Amino acid sequence: MSMPIDPRSLRKRKNKESQFKALSYIAIAVAGIFLVVFFADIIRQGYTAFMQTEIRTTVAFSQSIFDDPRSALDRKLIPLVSRGVTRILPMQLRENPQLLGTTSEVWVLANAEVDQYIKGKPNRLKPKEIALVDELVAEGSIKKAFNIGFFTNGDSKLAEMAGILSAAVGTLYLLGITFLFSFPAGVMAAIYLEEFAPDNRLMHIVEVNINNLAAIPSILFGLLGLAIFINFMGLPRSSALVGGLTLALMTLPVIIISTRAAIRAIPDSIREGALALGATHWQVVWDHILPLSLPGILTGTIIGLARAIGETAPLLIIGMVAYIQDMPRGLTSAATVLPAQIYVWSSESIRAFTERTSAGIIVLLILLLSMNAMAILLRNKYERKW
Amino acid sequence: MTTTYLAQYLFTGLLPLALFGYLLGRRKIRSQQDPNARYKASENLFGWFAVSKMLMPAVLISFIGSVLDLFDLVEVPWPMLAAAALLLGAGSVWLALKAIRPSLRVRTALEKTITRILLVASLISILTTIGIVMSIVFEAVHFFRIVNFWDFLTGTTWNPDAATIDDDGNIQPLFGSVPLFAGTFMITAIAMCVAIPVGLLSAICMSEYASLAVRRVAKPALEILAGIPTVVYGFFAAITVSPLIVSLADKVGISADYTNALSPGLVMGIMIIPLVSSLSDDVISSVPQSLREGSLALGAYPSETIKQVVLPAALPGIVSACLLAVSRAVGETMIVVMAAGLQPNLSWNPLVGMTTVNVRIVDALTGDQAFDSPETLSAFGLGLVLLVLTLCLNIVSLTVIRKFRQRYE
Repeated sequence: MSMPIDPRSLRKRKNKESQFKALSYIAIAVAGIFLVVFFADIIRQGYTAFMQTEIRTTVAFSQSIFDDPRSALDRKLIPLVSRGVTRILPMQLRENPQLLGTTSEVWVLANAEVDQYIKGKPNRLKPKEIALVDELVAEGSIKKAFNIGFFTNGDSKLAEMAGILSAAVGTLYLLGITFLFSFPAGVMAAIYLEEFAPDNRLMHIVEVNINNLAAIPSILFGLLGLAIFINFMGLPRSSALVGGLTLALMTLPVIIISTRAAIRAIPDSIREGALALGATHWQVVWDHILPLSLPGILTGTIIGLARAIGETAPLLIIGMVAYIQDMPRGLTSAATVLPAQIYVWSSESIRAFTERTSAGIIVLLILLLSMNAMAILLRNKYERKW
Repeated sequence: MTTTYLAQYLFTGLLPLALFGYLLGRRKIRSQQDPNARYKASENLFGWFAVSKMLMPAVLISFIGSVLDLFDLVEVPWPMLAAAALLLGAGSVWLALKAIRPSLRVRTALEKTITRILLVASLISILTTIGIVMSIVFEAVHFFRIVNFWDFLTGTTWNPDAATIDDDGNIQPLFGSVPLFAGTFMITAIAMCVAIPVGLLSAICMSEYASLAVRRVAKPALEILAGIPTVVYGFFAAITVSPLIVSLADKVGISADYTNALSPGLVMGIMIIPLVSSLSDDVISSVPQSLREGSLALGAYPSETIKQVVLPAALPGIVSACLLAVSRAVGETMIVVMAAGLQPNLSWNPLVGMTTVNVRIVDALTGDQAFDSPETLSAFGLGLVLLVLTLCLNIVSLTVIRKFRQRYE
């Protein structure tokens, strides 16, 4: 007995099939398109910050520069020049006393408004100043140079002087502290849970707890840092130490989970072989399990650390998001980090900070993406299929 | 300064003592072993044995001393504590040296010490959880002494600055958290509307349809999406998406705030896509191939197989992935801090400015109020509710996903 096939229903089903397939590809395309738009938008907004406008002027280094630094500059240029220049000039003279009495032609930093005008962005220059700037451009006294200051300055209230150096150093500090605390503890915990732990209730709780901890909102780790490290233990607020410890606790479950996966991937034959030759359990772990799982452990650790140093919310709570100009001088001095710097700049009302924010984001993304690329390379190079 | 003390104690006291113990342990066993014997115990292990015997008591007493000091139970003078720890350590070295002889089962002894150290490391995560719960509960209790718990949960006005005068003539700020939770749920709902369909469909595409080439591009792309810091998403939402939404709404003739709930919701949804897609991908791949083959053999199209066989079989796992995504959205802070408003607003309109629980926590703790002011403490009250909410979501979702894994193993 055969059933009659209705060609219409078959066509309908076929259409539905291709619709569903198209829909699923569209979903992936949505994510891809967002990624492209997102990167294009950030780069479009940020690339201009890597160039900075400078004005050529003659500076007369005289004794009066210490009392009134502005007297050294061409009077008509004063409204166009960065206020930071008036701080730099006396410093220059103090460091090189032989300059005294000389007059030299130098390129000085233009202020943020002139810079924005040159870059064709909205600005608050007065019409008279615009005319002057146009005149300077015509005679070649204004140029855009690579913005070295962005990489060698700390934060500043003057947009044209603000840089990421102190934030970058702070990020390195935090990276180091987080690694130092979370890596040994995480690997040890994972080894215990995989190789030594008895199958009892306590260990079951530990296991559930680690998975749960990995999904707790990061802001709650900030509350923990504030209540325990700052209020209870009395460690200094805004310090790299507190930030690093908080991020270490946050990264710990990530490292434990990935280390356990790496250890679990090693076949039992390795363990049994070593045990059969008379090695103790710890000798098996130290001489065989750890070296074999190291690439996997490092991959997980790098990804965990990359996530940690992109984190802002807990640092906001423990006071690391503030106006901090200088590099941290130790573990307990106030520090700021790249994401915190980005947040601070993004809440500035001056428009010139927007491009700095995007430039900061570009630097942060390059850092994080290269960390992730390193992890993936490590995994591809050393991963072994058993 | 405690850190300098700690460093001094470590580098001039403990570490030299450990080195000393190591060398002495090795010397002791060397003097007792016959140098020409065929089988000898490893000298280094005896060195480590002496070190392990010495570190345990010294570290333990320093730890107890610091804890007592931190809780203000006893004023422990640092030099005294350090001296006591070093003396105890030296005594233990002496005892360990006396125990050293070739017949000592040194590997077993070391093994025991190492296992104990590893156990302590695995308990850190429990301590962290306890720390989070305690630190939030303690401060939240302070807060709920000032503000009635019920008023906090059901009040519809959040206004910690402005004061209303109650019946007794006292000035009272208002802490009704309903508008904050409304904001959180509105933004979470918008995010889920983006993340769940897109995430789930891309997981289906990756595991059922996509060729290897597509997968090789799409998977890293999703990983990049997951690796972008939240502060960057927040900046994107505030600077690019919000103005776009305002101008679009203008064209249609509706008014929209720059701090509308839609833009953080949309961007947060994008942020969560990788989470949903990678979790559902795992779940869908763990559905046995035989189920698919059975359905295909009966003449079903792949889409029919997915909808009627694979998805129902994977449903518990997918539900738990969605719960984890909700928990992630509820806990997400930077996007809402940067793109959502500060003004509490109870409304169904996603185009008006709204604030959320996390925005208020950050606002309360970064302001310049005294630490024991009700506004600062309110952060911990809100934090408590956030903690309970995410804990429940996580535990339910993790339990469901574990049960699901067991079913097909």
